[in-house]
Amino acid sequence: MAKTPATYDTYLAEHREFEKGLPTQRPEWLERTRERALSRFRELGFPTARRGNEAWKYTNVAPIANASFSYPLNGASQVEPADLTGIAPWDDTWINLVFVNGRYSQALSGGQAAPDGARVTSLGAAIAADGGVIEEHLAQHATFEHDGFTALNTAFIRDGALVHLPDGEPLQSPLHLIFVTTDSGQPAVTYPRTLVVAGAHSKVTVVETYVSLSATPNFTNAVTEIVVGDGAQVEHYRLLLESADAFHVGTSRVYQGRDSTFASTSFARGVAIGRHDLRVLLDAPGSSCLLRGLYVTSGTQHMDNYLNIDHAKPHTTSRLKYKGILDGASRAVFGGMVLVRPGAVKADAQQTDKNLILSDEAELDSKPGLEIYADDVQCGHGATAGSIAEDAMFYMRSRGLDSETATAYLIRGFASEITDAIDLEPVRACVEAAILGALPRIQAGRGS
Amino acid sequence: MATPKAISRKTTDLGSDYKWGFVTDIQSDVAPKGLNEDIIRLISGKKNEPAWMLDWRLRAYRHWTKVSHEEPRWAKVNFPPIDYQDIRYYSAPVSMKGAEGLDEVDPELVEAFNKLGIPIDEQKKLTGVAVDAVFDSVSVATTLQETLNKLGIIFCSFSEAVQKHPDLVRKYLGSVVPHTDNFFASLNSAVFSDGSFAYVPPGVRCPVELMTYFRINTEGTGQFERTLIIADKGSYVSYLEGCTAPMRKSHQLHAAVVELVALDNAEIKYSTLQNWYPGDKDGKGGVYNFVTKRGKAAGVNSKISWTQVETGSAITWKYPGVILQGDNSVGEFYSVALVNNYQQADTGTKMIHIGSNTRSTIVAKGISAGHGQNTYRGLVKIMPSAAGARNFTRCDSLLIGEECGAHTVPYIEVRNPTARMEHEASTSKVSEDQLFYLMQRGISEENAQHMIINGFCRGVFQELPFEFAMEASQLLKVSLEGAIG
Repeated sequence: MAKTPATYDTYLAEHREFEKGLPTQRPEWLERTRERALSRFRELGFPTARRGNEAWKYTNVAPIANASFSYPLNGASQVEPADLTGIAPWDDTWINLVFVNGRYSQALSGGQAAPDGARVTSLGAAIAADGGVIEEHLAQHATFEHDGFTALNTAFIRDGALVHLPDGEPLQSPLHLIFVTTDSGQPAVTYPRTLVVAGAHSKVTVVETYVSLSATPNFTNAVTEIVVGDGAQVEHYRLLLESADAFHVGTSRVYQGRDSTFASTSFARGVAIGRHDLRVLLDAPGSSCLLRGLYVTSGTQHMDNYLNIDHAKPHTTSRLKYKGILDGASRAVFGGMVLVRPGAVKADAQQTDKNLILSDEAELDSKPGLEIYADDVQCGHGATAGSIAEDAMFYMRSRGLDSETATAYLIRGFASEITDAIDLEPVRACVEAAILGALPRIQAGRGS
Repeated sequence: MATPKAISRKTTDLGSDYKWGFVTDIQSDVAPKGLNEDIIRLISGKKNEPAWMLDWRLRAYRHWTKVSHEEPRWAKVNFPPIDYQDIRYYSAPVSMKGAEGLDEVDPELVEAFNKLGIPIDEQKKLTGVAVDAVFDSVSVATTLQETLNKLGIIFCSFSEAVQKHPDLVRKYLGSVVPHTDNFFASLNSAVFSDGSFAYVPPGVRCPVELMTYFRINTEGTGQFERTLIIADKGSYVSYLEGCTAPMRKSHQLHAAVVELVALDNAEIKYSTLQNWYPGDKDGKGGVYNFVTKRGKAAGVNSKISWTQVETGSAITWKYPGVILQGDNSVGEFYSVALVNNYQQADTGTKMIHIGSNTRSTIVAKGISAGHGQNTYRGLVKIMPSAAGARNFTRCDSLLIGEECGAHTVPYIEVRNPTARMEHEASTSKVSEDQLFYLMQRGISEENAQHMIINGFCRGVFQELPFEFAMEASQLLKVSLEGAIG
C-alpha cells in the first residue's frame, strides 16, 4: 500500500493530543472502539492506491492524503448566529443543533426543544450520561474494517449529534444539524459524527447541513449512521454547502427494519474534492428507500456520489434518482450499485443518473451497476448525459430571452425534478439559490 | 436462401448433451509442456517464420514475463490459479506436415470437420461460405480460394499470410491490440500458433461469408489463435467464427486475439457462435475462454459490427470493442450470453469514441440458469474530440432459477458536452403473464419458455447471418435443457 507516512504521523500525533483532552470518566466500550479504529486506520491509510480499487476508480484522494491538517482541539470559536442564517437554511420553529468544528455549541443551537421522550442532543453529553442505545448502534452500521476514512473518524469520536426517538413517537418539528467549520488560520480537519435511531413506528425529518465560514481548504470527514426501526419513517436531507476549496468525505450508513421507509435528498455544491458514500441496507421485508440527489460542479471541482443499496431480504423496494450539472473543467462521478442477495425475491429496484454538461472541459464518469442473485426481481437502471438541447434553447431564444437567461431557466428546469420534491421550504429555497451560485460562469453571464 | 445442408442437419439431431465433445484420434506433433523463449523459438521455427515475426513474439513474451505475476482478477469470475508451465503451447496433426492440397490431408481430419458440420472438402463445400478450418494449432484447409482470388481477396491461415503477405501483416499486426495490451493478449502475442487472415481490397464487396472454425482436440493444449481482418477503403466483408472442443475433465485455456481494421468507408461484420465445451453439470472441465477482440474503425464513415452468441465455455472473459477513430464511424455490439450449470461469463464491450459524429449501439442480452453467473461489463468512453458522438446502450438480463446471478457493470465516461449517451438496463425473470398467455393457448410450458427466450434474444439473432441465426436459436435450446420446463 502506498502510504504517505509524514501526514499519517500527523494524524497519530493529533490523536495523542485528542486523547489527553478526553474526559477522565469514559466508557470502556468506546475506548476500545476508538483504539481498534485507530489501529485499522494505521493499516489502511487513505485509499490512494486505486489500481483495482473499484470504489475509488475515478476519485483521486492523494491531495487529501498528502496535505497536512491541524485538528482544532477546542471547538469554541467566534461564531455568531447571524453568520449561519445567511449560509444555511434556517427556521426558528425547527429544532436546531449547531456544531462548530465537530463540537456541539449550546450557544448557537436553539429553536424548539425536543418533546419528552425523544433525545436530540450532543453525542458527547449523551455518551457521558448513559451509553445504552449509543453503545448498541454507534460504529455498528458504519463499519471501519475496510474504510480508512471511517476508521479515522471513528478514532476521533468525541462529540456529534444524537437523535433517538422512542417507539411510536413521531417528531413533528424538523431537526436541523448544522456542522460549521471555521477559520483556524490553517487547514483543519473535523470529524462530524451523527447517530439517528428512529424507534419502531416513529417518524422524523432530519436535515444535515455542512457549511464553512472560511475559504481555507479544510477537510471534513463526516460519518452518519441512521437506524430506521420497524414501521418507522425517516426523511433525510444532506446539504453539502462548504466552501469551493474544501475537502469533504461523507459516509452515511442506513439500516432499515420491517416496513420502514427512508427518503433522502442529497445536495452537493461542488468542493475541491467531495465524496458522499451512502449505503442503505434493506434488512427486512417491506422496507423501502427513495434516494434523490443533485450535484452541481464548476471550476476544477470534483464530486463523487457513491451509492450502494443492499436488498438483503425479500419484498424490498428502492428508487434512486440522481442528477448532475457540470460546468468548467469540473468532474463528477456517479457510482450506483444495487445488490439483490440470494433469496431476496420480489426485490424492486430502479436507479437513474442524468447529467447536464455545460462546458467542453467537464468530465462525467457514471457507473450504475446491478448485482442480482435472485430470480424473481424487477431491477433496472438508466444513465444519460448530454448538453442543453438545441431546440429547447431555440424555443426560448425565439421568445426573446437572451442565451444566459435561457440557460439559467433550463438548468432550473432540469434540477426541478429533484428540487420540487423537497418539502421543507427553507431547504428548497437554499438549494435553488445554491444551484446557480455554484455556477459562477452562468451567473456572471446573466448579470451582464 | 443458401442454407447449408450440413448445418441444418446438425442442428436438427441435437440431443441433450454437448454433441461436439468427441475426440479425434490422430497423431499430433506436440511441443513439450511449459513456456520459455525456446518454446517460442520452436513455434516460430515450425512455422518457418521470418526474423521480424520471432522478434515480435519475443518482445511480447518478455513483456508477459513482467506482468505474469498478476493475472487480471477484476472480472466477476472465479477460477484457481492457472499453471502456465503445465500447458502445451503447440500441437499440430502430424499428417499436416507438408500437405500441399486437401488430397494430402489426413482423412481423419476431414472427417472430424464433417462431423462438426463443416465440410472442408471442395466437393461438399458450403455454398456461399469460405471456411478456414483450424485444428489445435494449425489451419487445416481454406475453401473457396479460387472465387476469392479472382477478386483479390486474401483469406488464408495466419501462417500463410506471414509467408506470402508479410507487408500487410507487419503493417497491421498489433496495431489494434498491441502486445502490451493485457495479460492474455501478451501471452497470445508470444505463442499464437495460427488463425485466419483476411484482406479485402479497395472497393470490393466480398461476395461470400468468410468463416473460421476452431477446434481444440489434443488434451492439455491451449489454443492461441490470432485473427487479423483488414477491410480496405470502401470494401465490405462479413466474417463468421465458430468453435467447439472435446469433453475433457481438465480445463483447457483458449486465449485468442482478434484485430479488425476498417479503412475509409469500409465495413466489417463479425459474427461469433462460441460453443466451446462448457464443462459438465457439476462444473468439471470446460474451456477458459479469455479473449481479446477489438476493431479499429480507422477511416471516415467506416463501420464495425460485432455480433456474438456465447453459450459455451466454463468461463468467458471477452469484451469485443470498437475504437471509433474515423469521423462518422459506427460501432455496434449485439450479444447473447448464456450461462447454465456452473458456467461463468464476464463479457461486454468497449466503445471508444474519438472521431466526431461517431455512433455506437450496444444491445446485450444475458441469460442465467442453474448456478451460472453472468456479468455484462461495458465501457463507453467519449473523448473530448468526439463532438456530436452518440451512444445507445440496452442491457437486459433474464434469470431462470434461484441459484443463478446476473450482474450489470457499465462504465460511462463522457468528456464532450455535445455527446449524447443513453444507457438502460433491466433484470427480471420470465414474465408469468407471458407464460400464462402462451400456455392457455395450449403451448407446453417448456415451449412457451423457449418462445419467450427466443423473443428476448431476437434483437441480437436478427443481426446474425441466416444460417447462424438458426443454429444460435437451437444452441440456446440445447444449452438450457434441464434448466427450464
